[in-house]
Amino acid sequence: MDYFMELFLGGLTRGSIYALIALGYTMVYGIIELINFAHGEIYMIGAFTALITISVLTMLGLNKIAILLIAAVAAIIYSSAYGYTAEKVAYKPLRSAPRLSPLISAIGVSLFLQNYVLLAQTSDFLPFPNLIPQFKFLKAYGGIVQSSEIVIYVTTAIVLVILTFLIKFTKLGKAMRATAQDRDMAMLVGVNVDRVISFTFVVGSATAALGGVLIASHIGQINFYIGFIAGIKAFVAAVLGGIGSMPGAVLGSLVLGWTESFFTGYISSDYEDVFAFLFLVLILIFRPSGILGRTDTDKV
Amino acid sequence: MTALNEIKKSLLVSIWFMFLTFPIMVIKVNTVEQTISWRWNRLAAVGIGSFCLSFVWRYMLKRKETGAKKTALGNGGELSAVQRLLQNPRFFKPALLATAVFALIYPFYFSMYQVNIMTTALIYVILGLGLNIVVGLAGLLDLGYVAFYAVGAYSYALLHIHFGLGFWACLPIGAGLAMMFGIVLGFPVLRLRGDYLAIVTLGFGEIIRLILENWNAFSYGPSGIANIPRPGLFGMHLTIHQSLIYIYFIMVAIVVFTIFVVRRLQDSRIGRAWIALREDEVACQATGIDKTKTKLSAFALGATWAGMGGVVFAAKTTFINPASFTIWESVMILCIVVLGGMGSILGVILGALILMLLPEYMRAFSEYRMLLFAAALVVMMVFRPNGIISAVRRNYEFKGTNEKETA
Repeated sequence: MDYFMELFLGGLTRGSIYALIALGYTMVYGIIELINFAHGEIYMIGAFTALITISVLTMLGLNKIAILLIAAVAAIIYSSAYGYTAEKVAYKPLRSAPRLSPLISAIGVSLFLQNYVLLAQTSDFLPFPNLIPQFKFLKAYGGIVQSSEIVIYVTTAIVLVILTFLIKFTKLGKAMRATAQDRDMAMLVGVNVDRVISFTFVVGSATAALGGVLIASHIGQINFYIGFIAGIKAFVAAVLGGIGSMPGAVLGSLVLGWTESFFTGYISSDYEDVFAFLFLVLILIFRPSGILGRTDTDKV
Repeated sequence: MTALNEIKKSLLVSIWFMFLTFPIMVIKVNTVEQTISWRWNRLAAVGIGSFCLSFVWRYMLKRKETGAKKTALGNGGELSAVQRLLQNPRFFKPALLATAVFALIYPFYFSMYQVNIMTTALIYVILGLGLNIVVGLAGLLDLGYVAFYAVGAYSYALLHIHFGLGFWACLPIGAGLAMMFGIVLGFPVLRLRGDYLAIVTLGFGEIIRLILENWNAFSYGPSGIANIPRPGLFGMHLTIHQSLIYIYFIMVAIVVFTIFVVRRLQDSRIGRAWIALREDEVACQATGIDKTKTKLSAFALGATWAGMGGVVFAAKTTFINPASFTIWESVMILCIVVLGGMGSILGVILGALILMLLPEYMRAFSEYRMLLFAAALVVMMVFRPNGIISAVRRNYEFKGTNEKETA
């Protein structure tokens, strides 16, 4: 039973991180119908920025929790800035181009950011210090759940609440929903569509950065390539839940996290990534609209 | 005043990029020794570089806008200088002849190393032409194309080990197997919309690579398969040098064959169906074209060429392992097609030669190869989505008697 609990909580951890990344995919897709291939790299940039900030601040000798908070803020700021810039440079000029063009452009951005970090930093795995304090009340359950996992669950839940509030109740959220429904119509009623799209990229990148910092301190190492596989898996999660739907993204992430965790725990860990891809292929073939998605019809 | 404004804009851009690249470019942390090195000179380089590039970027954007306006006014549709030159038979025929002669004497005048590089480039030419059918003509973004390349390479290697089959027997078998894979994989996924298709094909490509890596009993795992024989010539014994030249000529023949087939396909009924499908799926179906069949044929034919390329690749390097078939190989081939010009045969050939040969001759830049390709991918999409040499849309004219309408 303990083993089951361990896998269950491990799956919840994975799922939470996937959710933080998948939210960005789903929001961007909802608004401009673009699979933002570079999203995984934004997450990786967040983790790298955090690592650099942590290293610099550790040498200055600050308090551990303060360092962690400052690093998280730095990661969020920089990831958002990268997301914003990528949108301005690579996607905005292609708003009216055929659908394939922004997709290829996004692949270009993804490849560019990977190689940029590879060249400017290193290709090795870098150790990422775990600054999350050990909670005392967890001592009894030490073998099953770690305090970094608790932090991941809580943070993800808080982010979800904030995002839901943002989209449901603020003016900007209303503008986002309007743009997602019909961009031209939103423009006609006075929504600044460009600003809304930029804002979406910024919010998506910020949540991804948070995911990057949390998972990096949980796993303990990063390199320039972590964004690719995490990005693909988060995309699988977003599709599973129904791309364009935020509750769907979270649900899909949790389902993917748990299935992956149980699959590797009970069956085989060699084929972990194969399994995620197979899952994606099966969903897309049998239920392309996802669990909570709606089916659209193409218009001429 | 405007000049001042432009400078101000560029200055803002350069400050923004200096801010953006600050932590990753400037600070380098050594986590083991707990030391930090600050590389301030890089910051200056980024600042100056982005300042200059932002001028170019805005100029290009403006030019593109005026170009778009021109087309809207009806002045567009003109052929570029290159295309006009190519359509002129007085230039085209001698150029073709010169290329043919050059291809024939190339291996005898250049070193073995260069023949080897050229053979690799030619393999990428057929991979590019194969992917061009899928992406350029039919408009299906296939990011798992390398899987079919792997199928070709592994089918030669494994058939040789288990059944002792030679290169010439394996070339059609490899191509056929890749085609079958194309059909089997394509059948379920081709109902999906463009961007989903890209992700699913990417997934398939990775699945195939991961299986090759993990299934030791079948594929010999990550260590790969060595000692694959080079192709034989009527049982003669060839030295390494001779067999390299031989492979080079095989590749030239395959390229010529590919160009012939692709040209024929392009103008055939199925080729026009592909282009129609690319332009508008719904309208295309309304004219009575079977969507699934058309997509599937593009997918299968594209895969066939990847399979052939794989067999030649295995024969040329005599060693294959899963590391040769990563997703970035697919992206590389996609780069060739996009940079060269989607749908244009000459463009794809040029794209392959440029992308494969340039890094070999500019070793200084080889480190930045992928970075530059990635940037080129974005820049091409933004400013010149049709590639270096864009495909010429064939005009079909009605040559019957229609004087009444024109009068």
